[in-house]
Amino acid sequence: MAEITFNDIIKPENLAYTKSKLMTDNVMHYCPGCGHGTAHQALAEVLEEENLQSRTVGITPVGCSVLMYNYIDVDFQEAAHGRAPALATAVKRLMPDRFVFTYQGDGDLAAIGTAETIHTCNRGENILIVFINNGIYGMTGGQMAPTTLPGMKSATSPYGRDVSLMGSPIKMADIVAMLPGTCYVTRQSVNTAGGVRKFKKALKKAVQYQNEKRGTCFIEVVSNCPSGWKMTPVESNKWMEENMFPFYPLGDLKVPAE
Amino acid sequence: MEKELKLMKGNEAIAEAAIRAGADGYFGYPITPQSEILEYLMEANPQATTGMVVLQAESEVAAINMVYGGAACGKKVMTSSSSPGISLKQEGITYIAGAELPCLIVNVVRGGPGLGTIQPAQSDYFQATKGGGHGDYHLLVLAPSSVQEMADFVELGFDLAFKYRNPVMILSDGAIGQMMEKVWLNPQKKRSEEILPWATTGKPASRPRNIITSLDLDSERQEKFNLKLIAKYREMEEKEVRYEEFMTEDAEYLFVGYGTSARLCQKALQLARAEGIKAGLLRPITLFPFPKKRLNELADRVKGMLAVEMSAGQMVEDVMLSVNGKTRVRHYGRMGGMIPTPEEVVENLKSFIKG
Repeated sequence: MAEITFNDIIKPENLAYTKSKLMTDNVMHYCPGCGHGTAHQALAEVLEEENLQSRTVGITPVGCSVLMYNYIDVDFQEAAHGRAPALATAVKRLMPDRFVFTYQGDGDLAAIGTAETIHTCNRGENILIVFINNGIYGMTGGQMAPTTLPGMKSATSPYGRDVSLMGSPIKMADIVAMLPGTCYVTRQSVNTAGGVRKFKKALKKAVQYQNEKRGTCFIEVVSNCPSGWKMTPVESNKWMEENMFPFYPLGDLKVPAE
Repeated sequence: MEKELKLMKGNEAIAEAAIRAGADGYFGYPITPQSEILEYLMEANPQATTGMVVLQAESEVAAINMVYGGAACGKKVMTSSSSPGISLKQEGITYIAGAELPCLIVNVVRGGPGLGTIQPAQSDYFQATKGGGHGDYHLLVLAPSSVQEMADFVELGFDLAFKYRNPVMILSDGAIGQMMEKVWLNPQKKRSEEILPWATTGKPASRPRNIITSLDLDSERQEKFNLKLIAKYREMEEKEVRYEEFMTEDAEYLFVGYGTSARLCQKALQLARAEGIKAGLLRPITLFPFPKKRLNELADRVKGMLAVEMSAGQMVEDVMLSVNGKTRVRHYGRMGGMIPTPEEVVENLKSFIKG
């Protein structure tokens, strides 16, 4: 058998995995090993597979994913910190046939935007909220987030999160699952191929439920932050599995009655 | 259809005019003295007739961000509040200005600072005309002095907002919001179905994706954008200055006042004339852009200008900048929800004349 060269491997007919047509060619600013890129790709694939480009309006947050609009080829609005669900509420109410989603980190969604998150879910707005929870403020340089684990060190909890002084991590998925306005609340991850497949499946359910006007869909992705956690990508994924997953267990918290 | 004559509160006139102007959405939060706007819209339920969305938000912060989202879709959207609530909205307003989006914001001003009072005041002039939130920007500010203008400025405000892709504020006060007057209302306009080329409405194959943002991490590009905004404000100063004059032809002394203050200055003007004082009045209708040029011209002919405001003296600074030392300028005002009487304004004018 002839030797397989690099040029053979990258021939289109030999590629098993390709970039979604809805991913732009812009170079991502995310750190190596960060879950954002994987989550973006999965989301872009679902938007492409569901043929949603022409009727999608996405709302980006303030945080690491603030520049998400550079990477996925759909219309985007860039919100103020924490306010994405308020923008999404208006977009969906004014244009009910559009597919509307927000993509928010833990500082954005669970600290400064707590009110917008809870009330948007409580009103049962027909939107999808994608919540990337990596337990830290990545963009600003690794400060404590509302979801930082007890004892976890960060730039603003250098001796570890002391819950007696700093409160306990907040479980947003559990909170919004209690509200009658949400129809689908699930917690996923994107650190393995299997995890990505399940995340994509959850996204597709959210598309279906939004089409059926069943209420707010909330997909949390428990993710990593190698830079903020000061770990290699491999170490961060291991740490996430050992520490984040027990506190934020993966799986569905709420599914609509069929 | 013809115009319709009704007796209404200023706040109700704003709400009814919004429906008739073909507004797409209103997002609000209750606060005295403007809650009638949201109440009126909820009762009128225009969703069932024109399709206009009306939503009570969880906070003023959420309401203005709903306006941001709706405006980014190219929709005719608005919010209203009163002073403490408008302070909360400043974050959203600066984002809307920074993203160059059209919208209408109504401030039915009450006395401050802080929780202040629920009575009328004009103490939000600086906040309304100088930006209000962070960064270099201006709103186009309209100051109604009657219930009729509350109604008229809704449609005018939307037109100007879309013309310049800039937020427009109606700066009213608790007196004009609460008082009842007759008002001619325009016939119902159809809501626009036009999809604006810059709006985020879903990307068709025919155009690149639209991105609505106020972010640019490249300093040179950001500065270019700042210069573009300034050029827009200069254009407004060229084209959109609006004001009204009363008895300025032979005036030796000029009252300058807007909104409720302009109404009581009209009475003060009559009282002063009856006493043989040649008084006149300039009523700015646009507070930004301010009628600088006209005041500068009048400064050549009058012996002094008395800026009458229900504040500690805010608009008076723009009057001084306009006349640039050419004539004497003094401020007279009451605060905390107090409205000056025409008689006390005349007394103050007399003491101003004495020097």
